[in-house]
Amino acid sequence: MSEHISSLGSCLAIWLALLAGTTLTVAAAFIDLGPFNTIVALTIATIKATLVVLFYMHVKYTHEKLTGLVIVSAIFFLFILLALSMADYTTRLWR
Amino acid sequence: MHTSQAVADKPEHENPALLHHFATKGQQKNAASLGMWLFLAQEVMFFGGLFCAYLVYRYKYFGDFGSASQQLDIRLGTINTVVLICSSLTVVLAIRAVQLGKRMALVFWLLATILFGLAFLGIKADEYAEKFEKHHVPGASFSYHELLPGQEKFPPAERQYANPHHAEMFFSLYFAMTGMHALHMIIGVGLFGFLAYKAWRGKYTPDYYTPIENAGLYWHFVDIVWIYLFGLLYLIDRHR
Repeated sequence: MSEHISSLGSCLAIWLALLAGTTLTVAAAFIDLGPFNTIVALTIATIKATLVVLFYMHVKYTHEKLTGLVIVSAIFFLFILLALSMADYTTRLWR
Repeated sequence: MHTSQAVADKPEHENPALLHHFATKGQQKNAASLGMWLFLAQEVMFFGGLFCAYLVYRYKYFGDFGSASQQLDIRLGTINTVVLICSSLTVVLAIRAVQLGKRMALVFWLLATILFGLAFLGIKADEYAEKFEKHHVPGASFSYHELLPGQEKFPPAERQYANPHHAEMFFSLYFAMTGMHALHMIIGVGLFGFLAYKAWRGKYTPDYYTPIENAGLYWHFVDIVWIYLFGLLYLIDRHR
């Protein structure tokens, strides 16, 4: 697939970014933001996951379009699983 | 890119690493990589089912889940997150080492990954032991007597306690999700042990390191699962 060799600097930069994200999300967890606590935690988690996928899993450097298709499909079907289930459970007003 | 590779690649009988049903090394590597990504896609659906169950019950037992979540040790959870991030770095450095043809560096980083993986599992075991001591493991000896979030400000007689059955559901999901994640970690540690042995024997070269790359993809995926588990189980009810 990718013959890209990551530079030592970029490996360490992503590592520091992930550690900074962890510090930020733990600090934010103790501040009362109401319903936004969940949104902030999940947003930071998604940014961290995106960094890992793009740089550590070398997706940014791949020339293979099928890899992208598999990733987008996985996220899409996960979204269907979560969104349609919650659309059911959160609208059962008669219970 | 592929045509130039096809010309550059040696014929099959001169290259034992190339299986006979592939035309080029590039094609062989693409096929292995696509297979790994498809495996990870079904892993997303597998963990997705667990996350969905968590969301449904969290919505239903909102206060009780907040109370039970606050029983988790955020300090150990944070340390484990840092340990996993460091292990992801050592995986990336292992792949870099094999791409540069540094055999001993490759073995070193693979062993470092195993070490971080075992550190994670050790801390997890410590957390599980604490749950057993506090009778927070679902089952016959489960007991739970904790306040709902934000009840401390009321006089003692008026304080409301969490429903133990609903808290038990939180701990069931906690053990199912972190247990499944820990099982993936154990498999990953075994996998990296096998790879470290093969790497030490000189199996992997800049020409052929697909197993290292695919095991790395697996490890990073397990890391990503933990990033979300940490957020959902440990963090989001901390302020309440």
